[in-house]
Amino acid sequence: METIIFYIISVIILVFSVLTVTTNKILRAAVYLLFTLVATAAFYFMMEYEFLAAVQLTVYAGGIVVLIIFSILLTHQINLNLEKIYPAKALIAGGSALIGLAVILLTIKDNSFTPSGLEKSDNSVNAIGRTLLSYGDGGYILPFEVISVLLLAAMIGAIVIAKKK
Amino acid sequence: MIEGISIYQIITVSTIMFFVGAYGFISRKNLITMLMAIELMLNAVNINFVAFNKYLHPENMQGHFYSLFIIAIAAAEAAVAIAIIINLYRNLHSIDVEDVNKMKH
Repeated sequence: METIIFYIISVIILVFSVLTVTTNKILRAAVYLLFTLVATAAFYFMMEYEFLAAVQLTVYAGGIVVLIIFSILLTHQINLNLEKIYPAKALIAGGSALIGLAVILLTIKDNSFTPSGLEKSDNSVNAIGRTLLSYGDGGYILPFEVISVLLLAAMIGAIVIAKKK
Repeated sequence: MIEGISIYQIITVSTIMFFVGAYGFISRKNLITMLMAIELMLNAVNINFVAFNKYLHPENMQGHFYSLFIIAIAAAEAAVAIAIIINLYRNLHSIDVEDVNKMKH
């Protein structure tokens, strides 16, 4: 059962990510990106990382996609068709992507991943919050604070750059 | 761990997704669609982190926290990039990369 669901989600991810980069209506590209991100959240749910899946849904699917759609509405007519990609350019891009894909897939195929085989750790929201704010070994207080400063800086920077003169 | 699914299958999906994003980044000319391709690539990397965490080292949560931080940084990056795009559109009335050849306004 889970195998079937995994394959369905994989097909959704692959089809919609290809559509995201090949469709010639820009608003549709944003909606296809939304489907891809939601399907990724389904992956996280299947791997039992519920908190990460919730963050993915709220920040990516809820925040970034809405931001992108707003920027499309501010900069384009909704029905604007994107320019056609020149065949030569598509060939170069597709060729380099395919070469990279082949190299990585062959490397993965030859690599033997050895699981550590230890007990799985507690991934409840409670434990995640304690780890994020812990000062001790394996705590993430420093990156957490740095991220909060980064978000503040990005917010101020975005307002300063985008505001009218 | 997803029952009946090995790490190879998950990583294959995320690798294909990454290179689809790379293809989009190279072939598109519109800044917003390039940004979308970058989001696809970041997302594929996140899947990798989570899969390695879940399958290889379930005793730690490093992959999980890395993914959380990557999501936060992606949000900041998207906000700044879109502010720049809106500013460019206001000044140049175009958001194609080929028209953006000067940073002054």
